[in-house]
Amino acid sequence: MADAGSFIHVDTPAADAKAGAEAEGDTDSYVHVDTPASDAVQVKAEADTETEDQVIKNTKGPEIKLEDLFEGMDSDDEFPSSPVSPKRESFGSFPSSPSENGVSHKASDPELMRSFYQRLFPWRYLFQWLNHSPTPTNDFGHREFAFTLQNDAYLRYQSFPTSDLLRKDVLRLMPSRFEIGPVYSANPRDRKTLRNSTAFRPLAKELCFDIDLTDYDDIRTCCDKTTICIKCWQFITMAIKVVDAALRDDFGFKYIMWVYSGRRGAHAWVCDKKARAMDDQKRKAIAGYLEVVRGGEKSGKKVNIRRPLHPHISRSLDALKTHFQEDVLEVQDPWRSSEQAEKLLQLLPDAQLVESLRKKWDSSPGRSSVSKWADIDTVAKTGASQKLDSRALLDAKQDIVLEYTYPRLDIEVSKKLNHLLKSPFVVHPGTGRVCVPIDTRSLGDFDPLGVPTVQSLIKEIDAWQESEEDTEKHVQDWEKTSLKPYIEQFRSFVIALMRDEREVKVKQERDEDEIGSTDF
Amino acid sequence: MIRQDFNRIDSKRRNVVDHRKKQFADPSYKEAQYPHRLNFYATPPTADITLEQFEQWAIDRLRILAELEACSFRNKTPAETATHIKPLLDNSSSTQLFAQRQKDHYSHFILRLAFAATEDLRRRFSRVETMLFRLRLGADDMRERAAFVQSLNIDWEPVTDEERRELATELAAVSSFAYGGKKTLQAQEDESWCKVDWERVPDLVETRRVFLRAGKAYVPAREQQSMVITEFSARLERALELTARALPRLDEDDRLTPILNHLSKTFIVPDATFGGNNTAIDGAEITARNMDNLSQHFPMCAMNLHKSLKRDAHLKHFGRLQYTLFLKGIGLSLEECLVFWRQSFNRITDDTFNKEYRYGVRYSYGDVGGDSNRRGGGGSPYSCQKVMTMPPGPHGCPYGHFSMDNLAALLQSAGVNDRGVLQGVKEDKEHKKFHMACNRVFEHIHKNELKRAIDEGIMTEAQLETIVHPNEYFKRSYLLKNMGKMQQQQQQQQGGGGDVKMGE
Repeated sequence: MADAGSFIHVDTPAADAKAGAEAEGDTDSYVHVDTPASDAVQVKAEADTETEDQVIKNTKGPEIKLEDLFEGMDSDDEFPSSPVSPKRESFGSFPSSPSENGVSHKASDPELMRSFYQRLFPWRYLFQWLNHSPTPTNDFGHREFAFTLQNDAYLRYQSFPTSDLLRKDVLRLMPSRFEIGPVYSANPRDRKTLRNSTAFRPLAKELCFDIDLTDYDDIRTCCDKTTICIKCWQFITMAIKVVDAALRDDFGFKYIMWVYSGRRGAHAWVCDKKARAMDDQKRKAIAGYLEVVRGGEKSGKKVNIRRPLHPHISRSLDALKTHFQEDVLEVQDPWRSSEQAEKLLQLLPDAQLVESLRKKWDSSPGRSSVSKWADIDTVAKTGASQKLDSRALLDAKQDIVLEYTYPRLDIEVSKKLNHLLKSPFVVHPGTGRVCVPIDTRSLGDFDPLGVPTVQSLIKEIDAWQESEEDTEKHVQDWEKTSLKPYIEQFRSFVIALMRDEREVKVKQERDEDEIGSTDF
Repeated sequence: MIRQDFNRIDSKRRNVVDHRKKQFADPSYKEAQYPHRLNFYATPPTADITLEQFEQWAIDRLRILAELEACSFRNKTPAETATHIKPLLDNSSSTQLFAQRQKDHYSHFILRLAFAATEDLRRRFSRVETMLFRLRLGADDMRERAAFVQSLNIDWEPVTDEERRELATELAAVSSFAYGGKKTLQAQEDESWCKVDWERVPDLVETRRVFLRAGKAYVPAREQQSMVITEFSARLERALELTARALPRLDEDDRLTPILNHLSKTFIVPDATFGGNNTAIDGAEITARNMDNLSQHFPMCAMNLHKSLKRDAHLKHFGRLQYTLFLKGIGLSLEECLVFWRQSFNRITDDTFNKEYRYGVRYSYGDVGGDSNRRGGGGSPYSCQKVMTMPPGPHGCPYGHFSMDNLAALLQSAGVNDRGVLQGVKEDKEHKKFHMACNRVFEHIHKNELKRAIDEGIMTEAQLETIVHPNEYFKRSYLLKNMGKMQQQQQQQQGGGGDVKMGE
């Protein structure tokens, strides 16, 4: 087993490179972006050097300790652990500390990325997470991965029997990011060899949600486009709260992982077996159930919901009220100028009330949103309008609260079984931040700007090595960095998920032999 | 030679034990009973019918299904569809109740055979059959419906009184939706509830018409109809797939196969799709350069895209998709289309354009992409139906997605200032008849030309029926506005022996 493992190490890159180059060559037929022909060559060349590296390593055999050779799949260690790395460094496969060259490293610096994927990325847990079992199954093997290469070509329908091979391909191609798609009924690489088209169809994928701050551009005042700060991150915080509660309480899902998307949003992965097996219609139903804010820039009022409020809406409203007061009115102050306030006025019913509010606000420019919000009720009470429907006003105010706080989901992501979504722990090429899971128990403490970047992480490894060189315990690279809590969180999530799946299996099969040999 | 016969029980007397062989067993004739008008079509018919009946019954049913599909293409509301279809459906008042139900039963199964062959046909068939079923279920009186539902044996768990009291407020909030909050407390308490896995009622979940807790949906009694319908379509889809697998065995029958083939081919729908490439209008100069000029003939959806594009020098993904396909539909060639997009996206470099957008345009024309995309010519221009179901943005249908104020502003900018028309549009919008609004605007803009066209008999009424496709809008608009020119050219051509070419 271990022997075979080490053989694969040396053998496959060449074969892989060929397959990869081929795949690259015909990306044209199914990829969104056109690939110039030269890319195929370039990739191949890159692959070749990689192969040489491996070959050299092999010839310098004596230097590799026996136990390292046997460090196969059964080992508990994460692949890139420090005792091995000094040797690899001597082959020049990655520089010991890119940070020495100065801080100006861009996040997309291939060497930094390579170090990250080689030494820090939790391949093992990613595998277990998607595989739902310690031994490789089709859940992983037939899963689609898609790579966005450095030249922006998009490589779809990649699949790998084990996480080792996935890792190797990532290191070979060095994609700027990779995405996870559904499990198919056949191996995605074989899809063209299948006789009829129905034999290749998506079977299962986690139910995903995508919340992005760009969708909040018309209501956030602190930042826009790609920038974010802790103030507008609160929109994501409230969104997570609402969606998480609905998924758990209403739909009964248990395994929900929230992941920072690396720049300005968050993704949810609902991993329950039931959620994974849902067809498009059911996904669409959940997306519709959760969607309240509808319409584009020209739709006018974006929240139009029926009364009485559905239990889900009234629960969300309760949770969002304080956020509205604190995070929106006080911090964002969205209606300070008179043009901004006009937006608010358009959402209110009753022309007379609106007129007297407008007059009041025009006479005191710069009045804060908190006061303006309170004004609505005071003016209404003074009887500014004779035929004011207080019920309608209350409804409108509720709608406004929802429009300014309720999650704005990119529901296309959730609706389709075969939609791809960026993998957790990938480095965002623009910011260098790692897509780390968000702990919903301490949601309020999560600071997107405090998320470790690939540059800082590599530095941390080096710093650690200097201070605690000689510990006896085998310490993995990620444990030396601030990535540690995130990976631990991911690990416990994956282990709980796997245990749950296994219990179901055991119950079904009453066959403990197969599974009993593994340990967590 | 044949050696196995010693111990065989006479085939007629043998008990068919093995379920796998059951399907090969000779059908034993069984008098079917039809206690309800509705039928879940669980058991296939076994009595003999003549070939003429076979064909005639199938055609009769097909006509109704085609009508139903046409209604859905024209965006009719369920109520309108019901009134439209009603005269076509036999009424069960006559004494021939049995005969009708039998015909219903048989024709359904005949069409199953005809439409099981490909996935496309199956999907279409199950969609319209479900529509028919829903229509009938809605038309049935309460008693008959209840009896029918009872006979189905669908397992749903009743909600106990205790649980109902515990969840009283939540359930009340859900239940009074349909009654606009006017329902009395008493009536709410009387309502019976049942509890099912939410996955059984996705459509109710989507519109938040049920209460959800821990994966269970609490369904009020009157919504159980929707569950029955979901069940119907689920069972039908499953049965159709089984039928598809059994089909090859039917090939040997040379009497039925031609009829069935013929049936599935004639399932023709009113043309809501638009022929991809042969739509170019003779004599029109359709080039990137001329696009601003042509945009006056665009329907609001395309005009709005054009304006957004001019204003922002950019369109988002769905906008590009919709607009590119539309442009393809009006006859803009791929080369010209690329030029058009390149010129419109004037704030980016050539490199960015080639990298990020060029592919998408070529994909829409079927120039690149997988085999099926290339063979399909890159997909056809979006119909109104499709445009309306797009996520809102600058793309999609302005009548559906804009607020009235913004829509009015858009219309006015296109020169529609008539109060009556705007009022009409507003009413159509409130009734969710967006295509009516669009046609109303069309008629207003072209009212002079339309009058002339009909007076002079250039276009017949049939050519001027309701527009259900943005490209049809363009084509008709262009032809009407250029009527005079066209005629002239035609005469010129005739006179000059055809050597005068149009469009310079």
